[in-house]
Amino acid sequence: MSERYSFSLTTFSPSGKLVQIEYALAAVAAGAPSVGIKATNGVVIATEKKQKSVLYDEHSIHKVEPITKHIGMVYSGMGPDNRVLMRRARKLAQQYYLTYQEEIPTPQLVQRIANVMQEYTQSGGVRPFGVSLLIAGWDMDEDRPYLFQCDPSGAYFAWKATALGKNFVNGKTFLEKRYSEDIELEDAVHTAILTLKESFEGQMTEDNIEVGISNSSGFRRLTPAEVKDYLASIG
Amino acid sequence: MSIMSYNGGDVIAMMGKNCVAIACDRRFGIQAQTVSTDFDKIFEMGPKLFVGLPGLATDTQTVAQRLKFRLNLYTLRENRAMKPKTFMSVVSNLLYEKRFGPYFIEPVVAGLDPKTNEPFICSLDLIGCPMVTDDFVVSGTASEQMYGMCESLWQPDLGPDDLFETISQALMNAVDRDAVSGWSAKDYVIEADKVTIKTLKARMD
Repeated sequence: MSERYSFSLTTFSPSGKLVQIEYALAAVAAGAPSVGIKATNGVVIATEKKQKSVLYDEHSIHKVEPITKHIGMVYSGMGPDNRVLMRRARKLAQQYYLTYQEEIPTPQLVQRIANVMQEYTQSGGVRPFGVSLLIAGWDMDEDRPYLFQCDPSGAYFAWKATALGKNFVNGKTFLEKRYSEDIELEDAVHTAILTLKESFEGQMTEDNIEVGISNSSGFRRLTPAEVKDYLASIG
Repeated sequence: MSIMSYNGGDVIAMMGKNCVAIACDRRFGIQAQTVSTDFDKIFEMGPKLFVGLPGLATDTQTVAQRLKFRLNLYTLRENRAMKPKTFMSVVSNLLYEKRFGPYFIEPVVAGLDPKTNEPFICSLDLIGCPMVTDDFVVSGTASEQMYGMCESLWQPDLGPDDLFETISQALMNAVDRDAVSGWSAKDYVIEADKVTIKTLKARMD
């Protein structure tokens, strides 16, 4: 008596597509917008965190979360699925540290997470994750920033700047115009917030967006006060 | 009969100025009987990274192979050379995995950082406890003798040629006072741009 299917629920359609993954990507595209921008001296990731009612306690739950001292993550899509991946990512990072006594390089972490996501498209009785992840990290060895996207299919991409979730096409078009190779972190944060603003309905405050930065000092989420300062300079 | 002295053998590593040296004897014996005089205990893990594995000969071979396996996969996955310090952690991890049925090896690692060429030496015990030093490390059946020789002969900031002389004398005289070690020695002097390997014909007994 088996408690799980031995066959995968993600199967090919006649046209060669894995429909479940397409649907997962649709779930991502319906999710809250998130953006990431790589600067010369760091990476910024940000997301909209709109709550449906004023009764929500906004600052108790976070969407921008650290995975290691130097790597942080944000997502677009289903929150619960993100939590599972975050736990796995943190564990994978610590396992690496246990073996090598060295912080996991961002590309290595991304490869491992993407592998996890791929497994769920080819294992029995499970469905793909309904999130796309934006992973921002600073490599201490190479002294350089990294920005990666991980998709439900298990594919991963390295970006200079990108947007996910609702209106991501407009977001990316906006970034294409605004991005330059020598952008600095301060400007990048500014630009990230502006990109979010493009698809934001209503008033953007420090309580309904979250911003994280990764640089040589490590990864950290900006405090609401810091976000407020950036918002003030936008007007 | 101690397992660690069943086959016999020794390795020393020394720190020099912008260089490291690692040396081993070449005897392979089964207790009193010498079986081979070209059994090297030092293995190249990278262009500037070497590991010495004195102890039980079967474990010398197996651990060398398993370490190379892990190192190769790391290099392919991460697309970069492994730092000596990281390699030490890999060796430690491999040995501790066998905590309650260990490999009878007490390894010595010597190398230069692939990017900065900073010299690095360390030794580990058979269950993976690492010890990093900035002068010398010794391991093997003549360890007491090697400690004595190194303590007397070693000085800081020796150049490659002086380091070669020092490590050779330290190893040769130590193994001469050990029945299950000797039968010539092999020296590796590792510098930023080259590795010099010399075989020394010592007392062939």
